[in-house]
Amino acid sequence: MATIDTAVKTSVRSTSTPPAKTSRPRGTRLWVKIVVALLLIVEIYPLVWMFLTSLKSNDDYLNHSTWSLPTHWEWGNYSEAWTTGHIGLYVQNSLLAVLPALALMLLLGTAAGFALQIMVWKGRSLTLLVFLAGMMVPPQMILLPLFTVYFQTGLSGTLGPLILTYTGTGLPLTVFMMATYYRSVPRELFEAATIDGAGILRAFWTISVPMVRNALLTVGLVQFFFIWNDLLIALTFTNDQDLRTIQVGLLNFTGDFGATQYGPLFAAICINVFGTLLIYLFLNQKVMKGLTSGAVKG
Amino acid sequence: MHRVLGDRRAVVLLLGPALLVYSLIMLVPMVWSLGYSFTKGNTIDGFTGNGVANFSRLLHDPAVHHALWFTLKYAVVVTAGQVVAGYLLALLYVFFLKRASALIRTLVFFPVVLPTVAVGLLFQKFFQVAPQTGPVNSLLNAVGLDSIDFFGSAGSAFWVLVVMDIWRSMGFYAVLLFAGLIDIPDEVLESARLDGATGLRVVRHIVLPLSLPVLMSSLIFSINGTLKVFDSIVALTNGGPGNGTTPLTLYMFQTSFTYSDYGYGSTIALLLTVVCLLVSLVVYRVSRRDLTEG
Repeated sequence: MATIDTAVKTSVRSTSTPPAKTSRPRGTRLWVKIVVALLLIVEIYPLVWMFLTSLKSNDDYLNHSTWSLPTHWEWGNYSEAWTTGHIGLYVQNSLLAVLPALALMLLLGTAAGFALQIMVWKGRSLTLLVFLAGMMVPPQMILLPLFTVYFQTGLSGTLGPLILTYTGTGLPLTVFMMATYYRSVPRELFEAATIDGAGILRAFWTISVPMVRNALLTVGLVQFFFIWNDLLIALTFTNDQDLRTIQVGLLNFTGDFGATQYGPLFAAICINVFGTLLIYLFLNQKVMKGLTSGAVKG
Repeated sequence: MHRVLGDRRAVVLLLGPALLVYSLIMLVPMVWSLGYSFTKGNTIDGFTGNGVANFSRLLHDPAVHHALWFTLKYAVVVTAGQVVAGYLLALLYVFFLKRASALIRTLVFFPVVLPTVAVGLLFQKFFQVAPQTGPVNSLLNAVGLDSIDFFGSAGSAFWVLVVMDIWRSMGFYAVLLFAGLIDIPDEVLESARLDGATGLRVVRHIVLPLSLPVLMSSLIFSINGTLKVFDSIVALTNGGPGNGTTPLTLYMFQTSFTYSDYGYGSTIALLLTVVCLLVSLVVYRVSRRDLTEG
């Protein structure tokens, strides 16, 4: 590498005229503009198309050009999807499964992260490795035994299996990320606090948790998207139609109407998308940071 | 000092619940699933042992060969696509848009958070030919080409899948790689420019080697995710036409729940796990070697 570098340097140095600084930016700027415009069209047009289609009647969708605007703006498609299409029920199921799992996962994960990073004991790096191993293994490896257990314990007819499975599968990343955040909190802080008479458990709750508040929000957001968007686990453990989450419900949406009603179908897709869009609108910087930091675990 | 932080009772209280839930939901089922591989049956009818029959079936099952091949093909193509598209975007952000890139970054990242099922259904309708001509086929018609039945053959369905998954995730890899590129000190680039190196040369000899670590972690992350692809395929093609776009994950799911054969399903899950571990190991070893050489 070093030899190539010097070779480049020497060969380039021999050309006497420096690159023309004034003309270049203008030339590049035009193609940059075109590339960015294309990029934005490719990213955004499918969503615009989806939204416009959600406002068309079946006849409008089937018989007019796909590019055209709706002839009548059928806002009723949304209420149709919400009630007749059961999307309202599915959203409720999703919330009832996701929120408890999220709370449980954050609570357990933060405590474990604290125990693994702040506390001093033998075998903690090995324990962290055991948690990390869980991120490598595909979820297919745990579905069938869990299905058996949930069936035999009678949990199958409830949202319990989803809450438990989401908590368990989300723990590795939560523990890892919380342990990483605790790395920046100095241990001395807790030693000082415990000298003042507070027990270590109390120091964990009253001192450390407020300090990682920001991290909790970030990890919570990341996990929210993972669980909310999950299909595999929801598909495996919701045999009952009334227990379907939004993703499973959307996948089976056409079945509920007899013939496919395109307007309500697109309305249902839109409802699903707009939920995450709304969160992203307000918290996008946090979401981007959180999701990418979850990836650089190495 | 360490007496307080070494309090065993506190460690057990803090770590215990998480370790217990993790063990019960993940560790124990993994071992259990291994045991299922040597049985035949399902939860409702009960299980009977059948030795290594599942494993010999695995070796000779053409559907498994196809699913394995499809999984690997999909993982390699999509990983390459995601990382290359992400890298090009990151270069665009850093060197051309500079400070103006924040808005574009945020917009291009957006599809990452969308539910895969929604995106799958959207692309299905976007590329469809009947009952209504979707936007892509309309565009083809507009420039005088015939409509293509994208989901009629496994080959074209595969490419729609690839396009969709790159569309979905390139913004993610762009931000990931952007973070690596922005760390390159300005002085290094400046001195290269003063030496007269321009454009591709700067990228090839300075930017690329310096961003190799983050490039490698993107690669590992991407291949790890694409080997486990499930949601996008179920929503877009459901494995069809026939089993033309069925990866191991979906074949395992169908074997277990459509054909109620948990024993063989577990064996396929085991194969998938082994493939994931092997590929990660290989990529990891290769990346280590590259880093020490660079």
